[in-house]
Amino acid sequence: MALRIWASSTANALRLSSATRPHFSPLSRCFSSVLDGLKYANSHEWVKHEGSVATIGITDHAQDHLGEVVFVDLPDTGGSVAKATGFGAVESVKATSDINSPISGEIVEVNTKLSDTPGLINSSPYEDGWMIKVKPSNPSELESLMGAKEYTKFCEEEDAAH
Amino acid sequence: MSPPFTSSSEPPCRSSITSIFKPSWHSSTTHASKDEVGWGGFNQIYLVFRYPPRSVKLHTLLHIKKPLKMARRQVGHAGLPLMNIVRMKGVPILQQLEIEECLLRTSSDNWCIINDGADKPSIVMGVSGKPAGLVEIRPVLEDKIPVIRRFTGGGTVIVDHGTIFVSFICNKNDVADVQPYPRPIMSWSGLLYSQVFQGIADFRLRENDYVIGLRKFGGNAQSITKNRWIHHTSFLWDYETRNMSYLKIPERAPDYRLGRDHLDFICPMKDYLSRSDFISKTIDATRSHFSVKSTEFETVRLPSNPKFTPTSRLLTNQELEPAGKTSI
Repeated sequence: MALRIWASSTANALRLSSATRPHFSPLSRCFSSVLDGLKYANSHEWVKHEGSVATIGITDHAQDHLGEVVFVDLPDTGGSVAKATGFGAVESVKATSDINSPISGEIVEVNTKLSDTPGLINSSPYEDGWMIKVKPSNPSELESLMGAKEYTKFCEEEDAAH
Repeated sequence: MSPPFTSSSEPPCRSSITSIFKPSWHSSTTHASKDEVGWGGFNQIYLVFRYPPRSVKLHTLLHIKKPLKMARRQVGHAGLPLMNIVRMKGVPILQQLEIEECLLRTSSDNWCIINDGADKPSIVMGVSGKPAGLVEIRPVLEDKIPVIRRFTGGGTVIVDHGTIFVSFICNKNDVADVQPYPRPIMSWSGLLYSQVFQGIADFRLRENDYVIGLRKFGGNAQSITKNRWIHHTSFLWDYETRNMSYLKIPERAPDYRLGRDHLDFICPMKDYLSRSDFISKTIDATRSHFSVKSTEFETVRLPSNPKFTPTSRLLTNQELEPAGKTSI
């Protein structure tokens, strides 16, 4: 697993990935990739707002630090999420880790593939590893989130502090 | 300082406490007696709960005069963050898990829970555990061994009176040099326990297990929230060899296990350290990171949060029986 994570980090550093990213350009100064065009929470979730729907997942930085994800616990469609509060959890390396929603809203879709293939969060955190789609109840909440450059700096500072 | 409870006292705030915790599956009630309460010296806080080997109700555990409430970050001696040590003996593991999850989710203080032995044998799976692949269902059902799914990750253990539980519940900012992710937290705990076993045994953290040599003697697991985390361990101070037959060799096992069955894979701590020495050395090691301070009992409060519901639970026979039929 350590070798896999190293390989993943190296691939990320070289901006190599099997996932296609037609609309977003990678912006990375560290080993984890950060996509331009997304918004980021300081708890390492990303949100992609397109029209009336926002897609939420965890960042490459988060999946790299968590390790191999073996289980994902997600809510049901129709429920609600609140900004900065937990909506689910992932299990990795004998630990459950809360996933917090960057914004508030109604859950309109849940990525059911993650129940059988939780590793998508590791291999494709920004695409196939998305977790929930939400109809934002307060789109202005997006303005308080970090952009790609700010989040990259945040990650670098956080890692440097430890 | 008077003991927190007596055999005849009733907790005035029972209703608020039981609103935090769901009633357990236990059926009888017992009361801790005055002489079972101990107070540690050396500026330490102990809340000591002792149970005879019978089933108990959760509210009996909480013969606490007032609910513990959230406190601001507390700093003790030499500017170290404060760690509240709670010592228990014989508390059922499900109740311990419920207390831990409540403290993790609703308290802002640091806690070290030490439970010296569970009341009876119980199987405890991690949050994603599937009974069919982890447990020998038929004998478990026949012998009525409780199977609990806990709120933390990790594997499956069988615990009993020979198990010593140690749990650290911390604010991430009070362990600021440790990133709140599984491996850094485990590295931190591994260093703490290295102090405990220094000069006594060849202790190390190996592929996320606590081992002496090549044998596992402690199973650990974690849960990480936005600002806090818990790292808890069940240490095999001793164990009943027959109980290990209730567990299967898991599909997902560390490489160093090398396919060994349970009895060749684990070892008891009793060969190296007495129970009391282990507990006192663990508390001593905790002092390297925290200030353990005596506090008036009335100021030690459990946070009251009627909206909190523990997620650790006992699996029903109906949940186990399909797994048993499938595995035949």
